Amino acid sequence: MSDTNRTVAPRPGDEVAIELSDVHKWYGEFHVLKGINLSVARGERIVICGPSGSGKSTLIRCINRLEEHQRGKIVVDGVELTNNLKNIDAVRRDVGMVFQHFNLFPHLTVLENCTLAPIWVRKMPKAQAEEIAMKYLKRVRIPDQANKYPGQLSGGQQQRVAIARSLCMSPKVMLFDEPTSALDPEMIKEVLDVMIGLANEGMTMICVTHEMGFARTVANRVIFMDRGEIVEQNEPLEFFNNPQSERTKLFLSQILAH
Amino acid sequence: MAISRNLGNPAPQAPRRSLINDPNARAVFFQILVLGGVALLGWYLVTNVLENLARQNIATGFSFLDREASFAIGESLIAYSPANSYSHALLVGFLNTIKVAVLGIVLATILGTIIGIARLSSNFLVAKLASAFVEIVRNIPVLLQLFFWYAVIGESLPNPRQALNPIPGVFLSNRGMKIPALADDPIWIWVGLSILVAIVGVWFLARWARKRQEATGQQFPIVLASIGVLIAVPLLTWLAGGAPTALDVPELQGFNFRGGSNMSPEFAALLVGLTVYTSSFIAEIVRSGIRAVNWGQTEAASALGLHRGTILRLVVLPQALRIIVPPTTSQYLNLTKNSSLAVAIGYPDLVSVANTTLNQTGQAIEAVAIMMTVYLTISLGISLFMNWYNKHIALVER
Ligand SMILES: Nc1ncnc2c1ncn2[C@@H]1O[C@H](COP(=O)(O)OP(=O)(O)O)[C@@H](O)[C@H]1O
Ligand SMILES: [Mg+2]
Repeated sequence: MSDTNRTVAPRPGDEVAIELSDVHKWYGEFHVLKGINLSVARGERIVICGPSGSGKSTLIRCINRLEEHQRGKIVVDGVELTNNLKNIDAVRRDVGMVFQHFNLFPHLTVLENCTLAPIWVRKMPKAQAEEIAMKYLKRVRIPDQANKYPGQLSGGQQQRVAIARSLCMSPKVMLFDEPTSALDPEMIKEVLDVMIGLANEGMTMICVTHEMGFARTVANRVIFMDRGEIVEQNEPLEFFNNPQSERTKLFLSQILAH
Repeated sequence: MAISRNLGNPAPQAPRRSLINDPNARAVFFQILVLGGVALLGWYLVTNVLENLARQNIATGFSFLDREASFAIGESLIAYSPANSYSHALLVGFLNTIKVAVLGIVLATILGTIIGIARLSSNFLVAKLASAFVEIVRNIPVLLQLFFWYAVIGESLPNPRQALNPIPGVFLSNRGMKIPALADDPIWIWVGLSILVAIVGVWFLARWARKRQEATGQQFPIVLASIGVLIAVPLLTWLAGGAPTALDVPELQGFNFRGGSNMSPEFAALLVGLTVYTSSFIAEIVRSGIRAVNWGQTEAASALGLHRGTILRLVVLPQALRIIVPPTTSQYLNLTKNSSLAVAIGYPDLVSVANTTLNQTGQAIEAVAIMMTVYLTISLGISLFMNWYNKHIALVER
């Protein structure tokens, strides 16, 4: 397996944004992550794919400590994730996350969803937080929905609000966990467009998705995970045209079949 | 209309079927039947009672309320003696009911919320203890629990001569709990007023803190500051008044205590019993309300860098409250209605006083009518208030 697992290290001289070394995690007896090594350079855009249950969500959720890893080391922007609450706070302030099911706060308006964290975490004056929120709502092209409640928006609009909500914290890294897989097909593009826009601006992104078109155009690197391991990683062109391992080939044939 | 349609329809059985099988006609028919039955029964009862009353020479009507009650009441919030009227006695009972209901609702809400959150604790022991409490308490009839607490207080505490004296001035005995009362001094009125002033001050302080945060982003330790104000203002008033320390300390004289104020064993048993029983239900409501808020909400808020307390206050509770409030309302109503079980352990609540009145005067209908009216009014009051509150928090969402 090691021959197929060609590590594409960040280019020399590049600043490292995220560094995972030999990360293991168990759910009780179940070994979910089996020694993950991954180094992400600043500005790099990574797509993670793999069969359901292979540990993709768990992996990116370890990066902002929504899950705790039990062995190995995770360093985000120079801060190591340990039980130290200060470190966890520091990492979460700088790492944004977008979920499959949006997880917007239903009792707050779109604008309030966006200003909540800047006000309570960044201790920002309300007016300034609202100004920034409007800036990002314009970026995701829904400034006119600012005073509506999430329940009044379509899925695609909700996911764009979720992205704007994260951006309001000016994160250095964005994590996406299957951001389009809960959406109706006609709404996928509007969300992907926003993500492509982010990528073009140089955001460091780790994105779990099966949108292979997105991976081809946006990713610097595609990672294939299976059963808690990184099986293969490569530049998109190589990855799709010349997969090395049998597991990758099987997965790609299944996913590209439809 | 049915007839005009049937004119064009030669089917012979159509008109007959339409009356017997028409669900509307049936509904009306059965409603008339039920109404007639109820009216008949009511007529029978009323005439019967009137006849019986006439035979016993008891006048109907509420004029008995002005007569002298001539029975003593164990404890009262207002001045009362047996020479007062029945209406005054009933007022004493009513106030006693209100006293135990209000205190019970407040304490049951606090205890229930704590236990409900404890059941969600990640600490195994805490969670299991809370579960055990809920399962035991809510599965034992409340009347039994009242007897239990009354027995605990009455049997396990010594008589006044051997009263427990855990803190100087406080005496625990089977006659209740005696605590020192504040000696008469005009300063206490001012201290009371200053507490009101402090509450208003805290309200303004909270407003100012919110405004300042909106303007500058700076947060203000509002909870600590509020506690400070609530303690400091009355304290300063008391000091300014010469800091009087005279207390009316209870003293043992003969077989019982003199002076101080008293919490009777009956009241204590009723309050503890109702609080504990109702809190177990509220705990379940709080727990399920918090559980009903999607875990994704907490995750999204954590990912944004918010802390646990802030998440609970700004994200989880506002959503949980909408689920919690309606069923909690019915627990408040239950507690208030259950307080009428006071009669079983001799606490002079409304039912107990009305019952004595009934026995002495024979005015059964009037006494029961008074009780029902009062409970109905209290219950509707609670319902109205909670509905208003529910609307208020629902509006926050939409
Ligand atoms: N909280 C949990 N407790 C136990 N097992 C879990 C938990 N979360 C995920 N798992 C298991 O871990 C494995 C990996 O899950 P996940 O990271 O969500 O996979 P993916 O995102 O690749 O579909 C799955 O088999 C899943 O059942
Ligand atoms: Mg997943």
